[in-house]
Amino acid sequence: MRKAIALGAAAVFLIVAALISALVGAADLNPVNVAAALAGQVPFVHVSSGLNQIDRAVLFQIRLPRIVAGALVGGLLAVTGAGYQGVFRNPLVDSGTLGASAGAGLGATIAIVYLGGLGPDVVPIAAFAGSLAGVGVASLAGVIGSARGISNGPATLLLAGIAVGLFLTAAQTLVLQQSTQVIQQVYQWLLGSLAGASWQQVTEILPYSAVSATVIMLHARYLDVLAVGDEEARALGIRPGLVRATVIAACALAAASAVAISGLIGFVGIIVPHVARRVAGPSYRIVLPLSMLGGAGFLVLADTLARTVVAPSELPIGVVTALIGSPAFIWVLRGTRAAGT
Amino acid sequence: MIRVSDLTVTLDRRPVLHDVTFEAVTGGWLSLIGPNGTGKSTALRAIAGLLRYTGTVFLDQTDVRSLRGRARARAIAYVPQEPVLPPDMAVGDYVMLGRTPHLGYLGMPGGRDCLAADDAMRQLDVTRFTERRLGHLSGGERQRVVLARALATQPSVLLLDEPTSMLDIGHQQHVLELVDGLRRSAGLTVVSTLHDLTVAGQYADTLVLLSDGRVAAAGQASAVLTEDLIGRVYGADVQVATGPDGRPVVSPVRKGVAGL
Repeated sequence: MRKAIALGAAAVFLIVAALISALVGAADLNPVNVAAALAGQVPFVHVSSGLNQIDRAVLFQIRLPRIVAGALVGGLLAVTGAGYQGVFRNPLVDSGTLGASAGAGLGATIAIVYLGGLGPDVVPIAAFAGSLAGVGVASLAGVIGSARGISNGPATLLLAGIAVGLFLTAAQTLVLQQSTQVIQQVYQWLLGSLAGASWQQVTEILPYSAVSATVIMLHARYLDVLAVGDEEARALGIRPGLVRATVIAACALAAASAVAISGLIGFVGIIVPHVARRVAGPSYRIVLPLSMLGGAGFLVLADTLARTVVAPSELPIGVVTALIGSPAFIWVLRGTRAAGT
Repeated sequence: MIRVSDLTVTLDRRPVLHDVTFEAVTGGWLSLIGPNGTGKSTALRAIAGLLRYTGTVFLDQTDVRSLRGRARARAIAYVPQEPVLPPDMAVGDYVMLGRTPHLGYLGMPGGRDCLAADDAMRQLDVTRFTERRLGHLSGGERQRVVLARALATQPSVLLLDEPTSMLDIGHQQHVLELVDGLRRSAGLTVVSTLHDLTVAGQYADTLVLLSDGRVAAAGQASAVLTEDLIGRVYGADVQVATGPDGRPVVSPVRKGVAGL
């Protein structure tokens, strides 16, 4: 019951965030007219919106694609964070702290700089490969760190992931120095912005997003089983290695999709699942869908702030999420049991 | 029925079990006893299919090795000595994990699974904790919840690794009586490890004494729990008396201070 209420509340939050975002901005749109215009898009509903040609263009070609892109990226980042947390049984990891986002960034940069001639499909594939490589190296480093007795808790994997992320980011800078003409383009994208969001971008990543999010959600029950540890999970008849590999691959694909639109946006994948757990309990069957909706709403709101607080110029959205996220991360840390997993 | 033949396990290139052979009859309770580090837990984990081994483990007429993961997990439930209890997980959700082997790859728990979980919780008298978080349970409640998860699987064999190591004497008796009742009423075959020899003799109908990974003695309590065998295998000085139930009572003896 509580879970249904939480899901409903998250859906309402997303809708409200989207409406606020549709109304707020440089062009002053009348709320009633916007509502009418949106209703007019529903098949068989005919209402006259009262919006002029320019207003319509602002709404449908600038704000709406940006809202949809923001919701998609936020949902993906949050559900990916929750997925990684289940796989590694560690509440402090997400695409950012595992090196997955940095890996996607490096992969995409390499593709832009060296493989630009191979067509547009190369960039997402390279981002996906980089994302997988980032998590792979980070989890390996985490395992080695734990085995050598440095520390065996959530912090080891976190430190390993951050180190790998820094390394990959440095490697990316190195690659960029080889090719100064794309620096501007890549850096703008790296800081994270939804300013260039278009329907074309949305439709490009939609298939990857749909597949990855579906795969992650379908493994929710298995993530719950992993919570009792690998040995007991195997005694219950599941194969933890296979579940991990599948979910990690799906998460890497989701992270690469998100990075492809918006660049690196931190903290969403840690904060949102944490709130979801606080609200509805630790079962991934509820945490995953709740994170998806909550992350979508959160990023739409963050993006609205990013483009309004210093209007007419814009803040990178990564700056907004970091300003909100860093203090919230400390809050998550405080709630993390010292004994770890 | 579980029949273990020539079970040999090597961990980290160190041989842990050598040619261990024993048989637990259907509805019986077999307990592995022996000094620390002698391979009792390893034997249970091998039967549960969690370790590589040579030799064979038969469940009735089936070689356990031929069973796929889920089929094996449906038949054999395993409770480790220190189960992982995610502190924020609700008791009801935890017990439902016991249904995992019955669910297909993308299956979700249905009516039958809920019935089995409810039934297990009722048998162990934990129904009123359904909503409570695992981190908020006492030691005795935790052990009952863990057993409820194992029973929710509706296995034919229950493997219990030191089921009472964390419990005081009252809760210890309570849990062991519960298991004893379950195996009698449901025909469950129980294979456990127990470090308390007197308790092992009271509850198990067959004892297998392991020493350095080999079977040193096997049989009824009165045959295995002798001053001579325990003295040799454990290097302990004990006195074995006969309790009011006719089963052996093992008491440690301090040498040189007798009569004080």
